[in-house]
Amino acid sequence: MTEPLLFELDKKGRRGYALPKLDVPTVDPADHIPTKFLRKQLNMPSLSELETVRHFTRLSRMNHSVDVGFYPLGSCTMKYNPKVNENIARLPGFANIHPHQNANSVQGALKLLKTTEKYLAELTGMDAITLQPAAGAHGELTGLLIIKAYHNKKGNNKKKILIPDSGHGTNPASCTMVGYEVVNIKSDNRGCIDIEDLKANITQDVAGLMITNPNTLGLFDENIGELASLVHSVDGLLYYDGANFNAIMGWTRPGDMGFDVVHLNLHKTFSTPHGGGGPGSGPVGVKAHLKEFLPTPFIIEENNTYSLKNENDDTIGAVLGSLGNFSVIVKALAYMMYNGKEGLKAASAYAVLNANYMMKKLKDTYYVPYDRFCKHEFVISGKTFAKHGVKTLDIAKRLLDFGYHSPTIYFPLIVEEAMMFEPTETESKDTLDGFIDVMEKIAKEAVENSDLLKNAPVTTPVRRLDEATAARKPDINFYQKP
Amino acid sequence: MSTYIPHTSTELQEMLNVIGVKTIDELFAEIPNNLRLNKDLDIPCGMSELEMTRELTSLSEINKTVDKNVCFLGGGAYDHIIPAAIDHLLLRGDFFTAYTPYQPEVSQGTLQCIYEYQSLICSLTGMDQTNASLYEGATANVEAIKMAEAQTGRKKVILLDTINPAYRKVIKTINGAQDTEIITLSFEDGVCDVTKLARAIDDKTAAVLVQYPNFFGCLEDIENIAKMAHEAGALCIVCANPIALAILEAPGNLGADIVTGEGQPLGVPLSFGGPYIGFLAAKKALLRKMPGRIVGKTLDIDGKQGFVLTLQAREQHIRREKAGSNICSNQALVALNTTIYMSLMGAEGLKEVALHCFQKAHYMKSELAKIEKLTVPFTSSFFHEMVIKVPNADSVLKRMEEKGIFAGIALEKYYPNLKDCILLAVTEKRTKSEIDDYCKYLGEALK
Repeated sequence: MTEPLLFELDKKGRRGYALPKLDVPTVDPADHIPTKFLRKQLNMPSLSELETVRHFTRLSRMNHSVDVGFYPLGSCTMKYNPKVNENIARLPGFANIHPHQNANSVQGALKLLKTTEKYLAELTGMDAITLQPAAGAHGELTGLLIIKAYHNKKGNNKKKILIPDSGHGTNPASCTMVGYEVVNIKSDNRGCIDIEDLKANITQDVAGLMITNPNTLGLFDENIGELASLVHSVDGLLYYDGANFNAIMGWTRPGDMGFDVVHLNLHKTFSTPHGGGGPGSGPVGVKAHLKEFLPTPFIIEENNTYSLKNENDDTIGAVLGSLGNFSVIVKALAYMMYNGKEGLKAASAYAVLNANYMMKKLKDTYYVPYDRFCKHEFVISGKTFAKHGVKTLDIAKRLLDFGYHSPTIYFPLIVEEAMMFEPTETESKDTLDGFIDVMEKIAKEAVENSDLLKNAPVTTPVRRLDEATAARKPDINFYQKP
Repeated sequence: MSTYIPHTSTELQEMLNVIGVKTIDELFAEIPNNLRLNKDLDIPCGMSELEMTRELTSLSEINKTVDKNVCFLGGGAYDHIIPAAIDHLLLRGDFFTAYTPYQPEVSQGTLQCIYEYQSLICSLTGMDQTNASLYEGATANVEAIKMAEAQTGRKKVILLDTINPAYRKVIKTINGAQDTEIITLSFEDGVCDVTKLARAIDDKTAAVLVQYPNFFGCLEDIENIAKMAHEAGALCIVCANPIALAILEAPGNLGADIVTGEGQPLGVPLSFGGPYIGFLAAKKALLRKMPGRIVGKTLDIDGKQGFVLTLQAREQHIRREKAGSNICSNQALVALNTTIYMSLMGAEGLKEVALHCFQKAHYMKSELAKIEKLTVPFTSSFFHEMVIKVPNADSVLKRMEEKGIFAGIALEKYYPNLKDCILLAVTEKRTKSEIDDYCKYLGEALK
């Protein structure tokens, strides 16, 4: 199955859309714009509407997606994306409002944002929320800018952020972006932060500790209270990476665990679609002592009237050109309203149930490096298959042949040949059982006929791709061949 | 319990038995008691789909929309025509419920779309390469500045204050926190003051950032600005309006090293500011400095054409601390939105959109010129956005809104010296009669 490129479907003279007839006198741009600024040539394919529709429909069929099948990609929370939320986000009163409209003409939108802030503050146990960040990594950056602003204001001479070796991939890059040095903290044999290593690294120049809890092994760190005290003892701040928030909604809150700054991923925990890689939304929550540093504008509510406060003395500034990825936020609020307090708590409960069930079932066939109850996700290692010449990558590719998406692989870095599974609460026992059967079958194949794995996938639109040549001779623009 | 959880009570019991616990609560046992949330969340109870839809629909109806009113607002987001076919394609679950193409064999749809997006953006901007997109316009400029710094080894950047104030604020926040020295130059007659620029550029300058057309809608002489930047060994970053580029010369042909911009005008709904899409394209020499994701074309082991993420040595992977950027996603669905838009429009259609914008804006300017007490402060060439000055601008805007016209953006809060100035935009969606009404009501308001 190969779909021609848009450019190969080009036929000059075809049109996919007609504008209304021009109803004003024409003026010639050449009379108003210096010649050197007038465009000489524009390359862009011409297709009819039907051809455009078919091209993109055919391409869509070459994707795996949640709507098609199980997608147990660890730390990505590929839960069901409710259809009704798409309708809500497309209501004219939400989709057709301009960001520069006066506050009095967008009271509904501002109220929606304020309500979302309140719910997220309640869920995380924080005192104030900004909805501005456009993605998880953007939330991290925002949170770290807030931490830096806090220390700068207090005159603290801070240089380092501590991150456990199981930390999410973007954490170190986000720290570097605000000028902090990253220090890795070891994990102990239970998969949690090694307290002794943390103590050894707690120095006066520590700006903060950045962690997820449960961590990327899916394990809850029960020492969190002590970790928080240690970090706070040097006036460091505790940062909560909310990528794994789907594990604890309604059960415990970062604010109660001692965290000062939190980011959430609305496209994970709050069911907004991942869109093939974006758009997301990465709100940031803070405790009261950091509220003044949040990005502006703030949404102010007075007597049920909403306004924007554009300036604030200690604000870090702004991290986005608008108030946030509004229509993503609309979908997240719709999700919270539909589920309500009991539904949100149940979502985490069943996410944890599903993960433990899958882990227990897979334990007979696969090596589980940290054998204890997990939260919403768990990690197994493919290293036991090395003697058959089979790598985790091969297992991941073979899963594609059976119509499943692979788990996250080779992450976290501290587990050899790691496979990280996150089933989410929206998957049924039947789906999990079907998947577990296939995992067992693949384990058997690895021993008996490993070529099936090494040659996989064979049923997908394309087979394994030559990534080395793609990087060596990049072909990334149709109009400019390498 | 919400219907999104499919477990029957029998299944729940079976699963608990397999795990070896009696209740789900036991799976949370390791959370210390003092950290447990031993109360209900202060969030309302769940509701049915119908009740939720009714409540949010009512909330949405409080907002005044650009459908029921006439929108002359611009300033970075524009009320363009959006062909109906786009949303039907975006609503295919295969696109919007997929994630990042980590497994390319089952993500060819997303990957090929991004390759097509990249090619179209390169064509539009006249550049050699681009990435798979960034969050939106402001942050695309943040990344462009970082690229220029990495390329030149310098930390000073010159911004013209004719750049969108919201973008400048984000640049100050993010680049400023990374110790970039930011110099902002004031304008002359709505465009760059070349004398000031010549004085400001030196051998410490990493880049000059210019908007095309600028925040006031005026055309900057980007060719001359690029030349001045290059003479000092600095790069020229041009932040461009993608619709304008259908009739304006590609920045790549006028000396730009990096072209950025907000992709919203390419068929993306206004949605109160987002999600939008930032594009960033660059000359070949900057390829290894490009942040974010890039999709490349390659072959599979059977020799069949396919696409993969490529050149991604950073962020989540190896050398994480050395990454120049922490961006590890893109705005894939919005990139798809703009790609479908460009596919439907084609070169001819896009040119026509741009021409209609241009011609309607110029018709409007000639009509506005007939209004007494109204002045046009800048004389430079413009595309589809312009600044007008009227007495008591704030109250005039309010009166216009009462007539159902979003008449423009009051500029004083961004530019204290532009008191009573209004920025207005005219897209192809505006009709002659809407423009005539605007002029009529404005004339009345000024009487």
